[in-house]
This record gives sequence, structure tokens and C-alpha cells, in this order.
Amino acid sequence: MCLSVPGKVVEIQNNMAKVEVGGVIREVSIDVCPDVTVGEYVLIHTGFAIQKLDEKEALETLALLRELATF
Amino acid sequence: MPEGKILLAHGSGGKLSHDLVSDILLPRFSNPFLEPLDDSARITNQEGPLAFTTDSYVINPLFFPGGDIGKLAVCGTVNDLSMVGAVPSCLSLSLIIEEGFSIELLERILSSARDAAEEASIRIVTGDTKVVEHGAADQLFITTSGIGWIRKGVHLSGVNARPGDTVLVSGFLGDHEIAVLSQREGFGFQGELKSDCAPLNGLVGRMLEACPTLRCLRDPTRGGLATSLNEIASRSRVGIVLEEAQIPVRESVLGTCELLGLDPLYLANEGKLIAICPPQEAERVLEAMRAHPSGKHAEIIGRVTEENPKRVTLQTLIGGHRVVDMLTGTQYPRIC
Amino acid sequence: MKFIDEFRNKEIAQGLIRRIFEVSARPIHLMEVCGTHTVSFFRYGIRDMLPKHIRLLSGPGCPVCVTPNQNIDLAIALSRRDDVLLATFGDMMRVPGSTSSLQKEKAEGRRIRIVYSPLDSLRLAKENPEKKVVFLAVGFETTSPAIAMTLLKAHSEGIQNLYFLNSQKRVPPALRALLQSEKVQIHGFILPGHVCTILGREPFAFLSEEFKRPAVIAGFEPLDLLQAVWMLVNQVEKDQASVEIQYTRVVRDQGNPVAVSKMEQAFQQDEALWRGLGWIPGSGCRLKDAFSSMDARRIEVDVEPPREHPGCLCGEILQAVRTPPECPLFKTVCHPDHPVGPCMVSVEGACFTYFKYEQTQS
Repeated sequence: MCLSVPGKVVEIQNNMAKVEVGGVIREVSIDVCPDVTVGEYVLIHTGFAIQKLDEKEALETLALLRELATF
Repeated sequence: MPEGKILLAHGSGGKLSHDLVSDILLPRFSNPFLEPLDDSARITNQEGPLAFTTDSYVINPLFFPGGDIGKLAVCGTVNDLSMVGAVPSCLSLSLIIEEGFSIELLERILSSARDAAEEASIRIVTGDTKVVEHGAADQLFITTSGIGWIRKGVHLSGVNARPGDTVLVSGFLGDHEIAVLSQREGFGFQGELKSDCAPLNGLVGRMLEACPTLRCLRDPTRGGLATSLNEIASRSRVGIVLEEAQIPVRESVLGTCELLGLDPLYLANEGKLIAICPPQEAERVLEAMRAHPSGKHAEIIGRVTEENPKRVTLQTLIGGHRVVDMLTGTQYPRIC
Repeated sequence: MKFIDEFRNKEIAQGLIRRIFEVSARPIHLMEVCGTHTVSFFRYGIRDMLPKHIRLLSGPGCPVCVTPNQNIDLAIALSRRDDVLLATFGDMMRVPGSTSSLQKEKAEGRRIRIVYSPLDSLRLAKENPEKKVVFLAVGFETTSPAIAMTLLKAHSEGIQNLYFLNSQKRVPPALRALLQSEKVQIHGFILPGHVCTILGREPFAFLSEEFKRPAVIAGFEPLDLLQAVWMLVNQVEKDQASVEIQYTRVVRDQGNPVAVSKMEQAFQQDEALWRGLGWIPGSGCRLKDAFSSMDARRIEVDVEPPREHPGCLCGEILQAVRTPPECPLFKTVCHPDHPVGPCMVSVEGACFTYFKYEQTQS
């Protein structure tokens, strides 16, 4: 329903950003995700960045899961 | 040739047709079988049982990162011959050209075909050219037929797979289809996405030297790895189990697949092969593949089983499993 | 790929599965609302790795599957006009309408183009000023902001030849309707992580507050799904009911307010027809009056009266009342190569995924 993929912002120009996913660069609109900066990760869907990815949360989730899985 | 465009007259058999052959085709493909320009080429160097194949090429766009229709046509037929263990010998090259097609582009495509033929050490010995009215064909269609001599003692076929055999692949999957897709649909992807279009007869030669008892070779073109393996499983009446973590796919292809909702197992390849060999030969075959430029990234990706005959299953990245069916319909890029 | 590969870690996945086995006792039905979740469960083989008494039901969260015949028939009728260029997401191409499909129409020579982004339809409108470019707007709230932005852009740039055929749906009203119908026993919900990226948690709070069901907003990688199942099982075993966020790296409590405000600028809520669920109030999007000139429904066409295929159980399957193998047409008449209903067309449809992944293993 909602194929969205996280990618890294490598360039911003006005309301468009170049986002890199696995070495592939895709140009997307940041109209609904305006406060994003180069180097941050965003979720992209149908040519738009729809949310910033919280790296800290991502790492915390992974740590939690690792602990849960191995205790 | 003074004019820049192909005219209907170029296909009519008259002076312009002869000019097309003498000025554009002959200089590129000259060899003793072609030069007489008789109605048929006389092939006099037969070296074993005959392998014979044919294919048509209607790709759009004609030019894509890593190749063009000319290179594709030659490599495709060379590879079909190689997959049955034949040494490719001669090709025919038939062109259907839309009126108004640029001569400069035609020359570029024919030069690509020539370069591919040289790389594969095959000769183009006969052919045909037709020109149709504007709108009756989409720019250029190419048909190639090829013959080769099957090496002594070699019997490669999709019916040969046996339980216990090893399944290998010669390198990264999906490069061709993603390169073409990104060009055609203008998806705006930049990055190192090039077609893998290449002749495989050199690689196959090395593999057969290392292991004359190879069971089967297949080049996974349309429908990808999944479709080819399903065909083999069905013909040999065996099961095939694949290890997802072992299947080589470039990050850029994976990234594109994630973005478009495509599955790399179903993507077309034009310079890769699948090999099935007896398990005790697997390491030797792998080594031989990796020693060749076309097999640098070869991997063992699975095995043939007695269970689940005619089914291909995949051990997923997390240790689960799922069935890998044949491709049905077309993979459209999804948003969903 | 960063933030993707780590969430496919085998050791962690195996460990989470062990935890689920340890904690799960009661037989429960969990509904995966979102079609992309259905695909993920199958793609990684997770279904077979879970305890047998946890049943996963796939719900109406496939916007392709819930598009009724009349919307497709209308799109087809529009594409048959000489002055129309229809732009659509690839997902919709093979969905059968009453008598045809967009794929068949394209083969007949109609101007139908597949786009990856709604913005592509704006580009097509600029490149083809003499044509009416109609965008078939399908999707849930994940996609609605993108469609809204495209509309707002087109409007502000004075583009006169771009039209929207709205077929978008909203998820919360559909879940409410499902629970109110009480047709199927659902103990907990796996909620669509990307819809919630836009909407946040609050629009789904009614699931626990009114209907006392636990719900977890989940991501789409295998570890996300496994953690979500573990969280739900824990709630069920402890008789708890709350809406939790598993997908914390992307879903905020308040969602994406900018995206929501764009949606509200462009669309108003409307009732919508869902295949299988019928008319659901507030579950669709209509263009706001200021943009009514861009409504594709204003373009004159003759549309055939809609016909559903008798025997097709997509409606019941979308409500999880039946499973695909129970449909008399499954695998016989209805097959991915010649689908009857949209559940077999959409790669996220329950019928397609059952067909593709659950071919007899024995």
C-alpha cells in the first residue's frame, strides 16, 4: 500500500532534494518535509519525502531488539 | 552514402540496397563465408553436432547504458548457442528498418554488432534487409539465427538436473533490466546502472574444461532467475532450493527494486548464466568461473532436491522459506 | 542499504520468534491491515515461522483491491476520449473493470501512461497542453499528501489541463466499519506504518478506546513485523488494549502535520465505495470546491453500468471473512494471468499472495 524507502539526502535545491538509496539517486520533492538537511535520512514515497527518519530511534530499536532476541 | 535517413528504396533490391550492403554492412562484417554475397552462405568448417538457434530483438530504447540493440542481438544468440555447449560459429543478421531511420544510428548499431561478434569470435555470414513504411515498425527490429558445433562428449540440458546437484550463478542479477527500465521510463535514477550485455562463450569454455560433466546451463533473460529455474525444475522433475543470502545482486539494483517494488529474481539478464553441476565438482566450477572476467562474482546459490519436485523454494534472509513461482504477467513498478 | 538491511538480521529474527513462542498461549487472530504488510509476511516466510495458533488475517488495506469496478470503468471511459491522456500508477493497470482493464485499453491504443509519482502527471500536462491529462488518484493517506501537493502546485501554476479522478481512501473509517460489522473475530491490529507516518497515532486511538482492541503501528521489515507481533501478543496475554508505536524511527505521535494540512487544503472527506465493504462515510476524498474545475468527473463520458463477476469473493476476502482458497474461482478461473477480481491482480492482494507464495509445499 505504501511502498516507502529510507534514503540519505545528498543535495537540496529549493523544494527538491536528491536522495540516495543503495547508490541510486532519486530526485524527490520535500514540500511536505521541509526542514530536512543534507546528510539526514528521509522516507520517500511516490516522488516525495514524507518524513525524516530518526536515526537515534532506529539505533535504539535495534539495540532493544538485539537484547530481546538474545537474553 | 550522402543521405542521412533510410528510405524505402534501401529495401527494394535496387541500387540503394546494394549500396547499403557494400558501404555499410560488408566493410564491418567481411569474412570468407560472407564475401561471395550469394543467396546462401556455404559453411564448410563443421566440427561437431550442429546447434541452431534464433531470436528477434525489438528492444526499446535502442540504446541503453552498457549497450544497444546490435550488441544485444549478437550476444543473445551467441549465449543461446553456448548454453547447450556449442562453440558459436556463424550468425545471420536480418534487419527490418522503419523508413526514415537515421543512417548514422544504423551504423552505430552495426558497429556494435561487429564489435560483439569479434569479442565472441563469431562471423556474420548472411543476412537480409527490409525497409517498411513509417509507422509499420518501431525504428528497428533485428533477427539473428546462429549455428555452432557442440563440443564432443558434452550434453547440457534442462532435463539433466539431479537431486544433490549444486546451483551456481555467474554474477550480479538484474543489471540489464534495471538499466533499460531506468532509461525507457525516465525514472530519473542516476548511478552505476549498466546493462550486463556480454558474450558468454569464453566463460562456458572454461567451465566445460573444468567440468565436462556439467548438467545444464541457462541464461536467465526475460523472466529472470526464477523463471529459468522453474523451467529446469519442471523439465528435470526435481525441486530446487535457493539461499537468498547467497544470491548476488548489486546494491543499486536492490535499491531500485525497493523503490519500484520489483523483485530481483524476475529481472532480465543479458550476460549471466545459471549452472547446475554434480556437487563434487561445485568448488572446481566456481573457481573456473571466478577466474574468468565474466564470472568474477559467481556464487553457489542453491541445490537440487528430491523433495517438492517442480517447485523452486527460497530460504529467506531471516531463515524462513517461500515458494518462488514463474513470472506471471509483467512486473509493473508499484507504489503499493 | 542503511536502515533496511539491519532490520533483516537473521539472528535477531530467530531470537524474536523464540520470544513469541515463549509468550504466546492463546489462539488469536491478528489483522494486518496493510497490503504491503501481507506481502512482507509472505516474502520473508514469517507466517510459517510463527506459532500455529496465531492466525494472520489480511484486511482491506490494499487500495487497488478495494477500488470498485465503477471507478475503473470511469477511468477506462475517460481514456477512450481522443483528447484524454490517462496517467496511473502501475498497480492499477491489470485490475479488471466490468468488461475491460487499463492494460487491455492500452493495447487497443488508448493514451495511458504509467507514472511513479503524481508529479509525473503534472509534467505530462505541461508537455501535452492540447490534451486533458487525467490522473487516476488511488492510494491511502500515505499517498494523499503527494496527490494534494501535485494538485496545489498545478493550481498555483495555472495549469488548466490536469484533472484528478479521485479514488483515494482513508483507513480509520474502514477499520471502524469492519469492527462494527462484527463479521470476523479480530483480537488485535497490525497497523500500517506508512499511513501512520502521515496521520500519527491519534486517528487510530478509537480501536483501543472504543473497541478495546490492542493495536501496534508497525514498520515493514521482518524485524518490525516480528516485534509488532510480539508486542500484540504481550498485550493480548495481559488483557491490555492500547495503540502502540513499534515503528518509532519514522512514526511520531502527531504524524506529519505539514502533510496533513496539505491534504486538508486540497480534499474534503466524503463517503466512498469500497469493494466488499460498501459505502463508508468519511472514508474517501473529494476535491475541495476551490479546485472543482480539476475534477475528472466533470469530463463528459459514457460509462457502462458496473458489473461484478458472480462468484468472486474479493469482497468477503477483504473483510477477512473468507480466505482465498475458499473462493470457488481461486486458481481455476481466477489466476494471475487471467484475474477476475482485484485481489488477484494486485501484488498485495490476498489472492495473489496466496497464489504466489503458498503453492502446495507438500
